[in-house]
Amino acid sequence: MARMKFLCDADRCIECNACVTACKNENEVPWGINRRRVVTINDGKPSERSISMACMHCTDAPCAAVCPVDCFYTTADAVVLHSKDLCIGCGYCFYACPFGAPQYPKVGNFGSRGKMDKCTFCAGGPEVDLSPVEFQKYGSNRLAEGKLPLCAEMCSTKSLLAGDGAIIAQIYKERVVKRGYGSGAWGWQTAYKETVAI
Amino acid sequence: MRFSAKIRLLVTGLLLTFAVALAVPASAQQVNPTADAMREQQFLDALKGNSSAELQGRITIPDQKAATLQRPAGREWREFHQGTMLRVAVISVLGTLLVLAAFYLIRGRIPMETGPAGRTLTRFNAFERFMHWLTAGCFIVLALSGLNVTFGKMALLPLVGPQAFTNISVVAKWAHNFLAWPFMLGVAMMFVVWVKDNIPDALDLRWFAAGGGIIGKGHPPAKRFNGGQKVVFWSVVLGGAALSVSGFYLLFPFYAGGVLNLQFWNVVHGLVSVVMVALMLGHIYIGSVGMEGAFDAMGSGEVDLNWAKAHHSLWAEDELQKGQVNGGPRLQPAE
Repeated sequence: MARMKFLCDADRCIECNACVTACKNENEVPWGINRRRVVTINDGKPSERSISMACMHCTDAPCAAVCPVDCFYTTADAVVLHSKDLCIGCGYCFYACPFGAPQYPKVGNFGSRGKMDKCTFCAGGPEVDLSPVEFQKYGSNRLAEGKLPLCAEMCSTKSLLAGDGAIIAQIYKERVVKRGYGSGAWGWQTAYKETVAI
Repeated sequence: MRFSAKIRLLVTGLLLTFAVALAVPASAQQVNPTADAMREQQFLDALKGNSSAELQGRITIPDQKAATLQRPAGREWREFHQGTMLRVAVISVLGTLLVLAAFYLIRGRIPMETGPAGRTLTRFNAFERFMHWLTAGCFIVLALSGLNVTFGKMALLPLVGPQAFTNISVVAKWAHNFLAWPFMLGVAMMFVVWVKDNIPDALDLRWFAAGGGIIGKGHPPAKRFNGGQKVVFWSVVLGGAALSVSGFYLLFPFYAGGVLNLQFWNVVHGLVSVVMVALMLGHIYIGSVGMEGAFDAMGSGEVDLNWAKAHHSLWAEDELQKGQVNGGPRLQPAE
């Protein structure tokens, strides 16, 4: 089985936010939640880079480790998913996540966050694949259709790569060798405890 | 000869072209656009010694919280929550239970040395008992629902299954959120009503030195509250205040000011809670099976005169001088 990963080639990202829009539309993400976002660091300086970031589907995911009701599970493709039926909205995954991925539909106080929502790698949830209830709770299940996440598929500069970690790392390596530079696979060291050796 | 000269010229020209072509990538690297772009490892290295740093950027969506690209502190909080927190909780809660069980087996129930006098002193009036049991009842529910957050998935989840465990945890969460308020009220009332009898003094040191009537033989003199009870009082007041403040921020996350603060308040809440649970286990033990006659103080509010003389000799003398003794034949009017 593949080990699914995201890789954002920051030297290609033009901050067009098409990934953000594609994700919201494909998954009918609720108001106020952005499963994917583009962050520009060192804005206005020569070292400025934009990085598209979402849930990185960590190896040994912190969200899953701290969840008091164990609502997370990892699929055979190493995608980290969760059950909204089991989630109690305690906020612990949000405390633990290094990428700010878990979000809640309500911004109320007094423990009224609602069920956590995050990027599913377009792999739905624990409901029956491609069922209406799965779409309603978790959004699209493109993996079950044999497709990759729409954010990466839509990327106009092919900056955002999604797929088998070994393959996208190879693609990135070839790019770096060919063009002679690369600012690295952001998030990999934190999420996977390894980076793309160039 | 002219032909070979032409060939030589052509070859030289081609070689020069190749040389220029090879030189181009070298000059392109001189304007490497990524030379000073930050890499993840640089960011992580820069964090050493400053674990609360976040990598902030600019974002074009309205949610400015999303401008944080990475916050590795989450990993440290996870280490705490799944490591230190569990160890501290297991050692303090189970350790206390083991110590109490061992103590009971060795020392047994501490009896009243002189039998009951048949006359009583009013130790706690109805209002004092109300505020004690309000706080105590809330504390037990808060402690169980709190321990469920840390230990439920190990202890309860395998027994009842995922959906039932979630249902229990949801009810526990609401109970925790709502019973926090009467708990805070109870702690505040106990502070106001009992603080005057709980100011530490030199007598408490002598009480501790003599083993407090638990470890040594006999009971050292004590006023209304002995040294041990003062420790319980101040632990409840200060621990309750710490739990109230930290719990308030966890319950109203938008006043806490960011995830890092929520992590901090969660650490405070967790550690203070388990220490409080351990302390209250000891308190419950002494107030119930551990010591004969002690429960009456919070049960009926009336304690036997001989118990009072043994445990709170100075307080009993004061009450006797005031003539606050109830029951018994000597107080009945002669007829």
